Amino acid sequence: MEKLINDFSVGLFFWQSLLFIALILLLKKFAWGPILSAVEEREEGIKEALELAQKAKEEMQELNADNERILAEARIERDILLKEAREMKDKIVSEAKDQANTEADKILLSAKEQINNEKLKAITELKNQVADMSIDIAEKILKSELSDINKQKELVAQVLKSNELN
Amino acid sequence: MFKYIVRIIEIYIFAPILKTINQANNMKLNRTLFSLFISTFFVVNCFGGESEGKDLRKEIKESINHHLLDDHNFTITHGVSFPLPVILYYNGDVDVFLSSKLYGDHSKPIRYQVDEKSYTIDSHGHILGYIGGEEFHPIDFSITKNVVFIMICFILMLFMFVRMARSYKHGHLPKGVGRLLEPIILYVRDDIAIPNIGKKHYKRYMSFLLTIFFFIWIINLFGLTPLGVNVTNNISVTFSLALLTYLITTFTANKSYWGHIFWMPGVSVPMKIMLAPIELLGTIIKPFSLMIRLYANIIAGHVVLMSILGLIFIFQNWIGSTLSFGLAFALSLLELLVAALQAYIFTMLSALYFGAAVEEH
Repeated sequence: MEKLINDFSVGLFFWQSLLFIALILLLKKFAWGPILSAVEEREEGIKEALELAQKAKEEMQELNADNERILAEARIERDILLKEAREMKDKIVSEAKDQANTEADKILLSAKEQINNEKLKAITELKNQVADMSIDIAEKILKSELSDINKQKELVAQVLKSNELN
Repeated sequence: MFKYIVRIIEIYIFAPILKTINQANNMKLNRTLFSLFISTFFVVNCFGGESEGKDLRKEIKESINHHLLDDHNFTITHGVSFPLPVILYYNGDVDVFLSSKLYGDHSKPIRYQVDEKSYTIDSHGHILGYIGGEEFHPIDFSITKNVVFIMICFILMLFMFVRMARSYKHGHLPKGVGRLLEPIILYVRDDIAIPNIGKKHYKRYMSFLLTIFFFIWIINLFGLTPLGVNVTNNISVTFSLALLTYLITTFTANKSYWGHIFWMPGVSVPMKIMLAPIELLGTIIKPFSLMIRLYANIIAGHVVLMSILGLIFIFQNWIGSTLSFGLAFALSLLELLVAALQAYIFTMLSALYFGAAVEEH
């Protein structure tokens, strides 16, 4: 201990303290401050970049998941649409068929009716013509028949005879 | 200068070989060579010097003691030294002169007259003043060798770290020496400051912790160069560093810290009264231990290393001397570790004390 006190040099202590404190202050201002803040800034930057990358990755994953979901949804929708379209088509086709059938039936019916009418008309006409012709023929026959007196007499006799029977 | 360096390298490499060849024949040459060899490795200027008649063990002990002392000259190696300014304060008077005035021929201390005062230097490197035949002790503010190295460390650190700070302006990564220093700075922050002080308060202490870490480390490494400096084995230096830790701890401490010292919670009242002086003493003992630890570690390292180097001259044979050399080499490597370790421990414990000062309960 005595040696320590004996060895103690005020001058050296003074210079050491002065220079060391000056060194701390100077380095604080010109070295440690800028260095530590630069390092911190860099570390912050790295941390932020990493976080950003992580976030981007997560977003990407989310996006992917979304995409898949959307794709699945679209697929389902497409299927539904296709199904609907098919149904619609079937319906339309069947409806059209029905309609065509009824129309055809209707046309057929009216055609039949018309044919019937035409037939009746033709028959009536034919009948009339036949009647006319019959009358004509009868007239002609009569005319030819009655041109002979004997025959007239005979006819009268006949008619009389038939009347007698009644 | 270049020639000198070449010579050092030559001797550094060839000296052990020459030693084995010349072992028996030319003792004087050996000693001269080895003193040069050591002065490259770890400056010891007095070995193998002029004092032929002295006891060798005594001589070694003296040179070790001399090495551990501060010096008013900047001695690079034997015979190569620069005078440094001596600044003395006594009774309101300041005397400034070069240290060369205190030494005469062959580095023998002489008296130097300033006005009516005269100064001389004693064997411990203390400057004594005489005024009218009466001795007095002036306060010595001289720029000694250690102060020079503190200044060199100051300039080096300023240069290194300011340059490093500038290199961040061009991008997110430092350039040059900053690449090496940044992991160390981050280590101090992430493994010393944050775990001990906590995320909330650590920023306030970072400047001090970083400065003290690098300062102690660099100055310890200077001590291992062949320049023969040893700053941190001066009690004044470690006292200054520990005092700063103490002051910062004391002035940044919160209520809970003082509460734990003066009125320890959770114990009975008589115990509280008992504990208060112990705790109060503890606040001083903690930085005191910092001071002694650094001082003792570095001084012990230097003494052991120097002693083993001294053994080379005591053995005087190639087996013992070579073994001593190997041991000294291994110890130098160990000292390199100690240099960093002591810086780490000082910083770590300072951070621990700061942490206790700002801890919240």
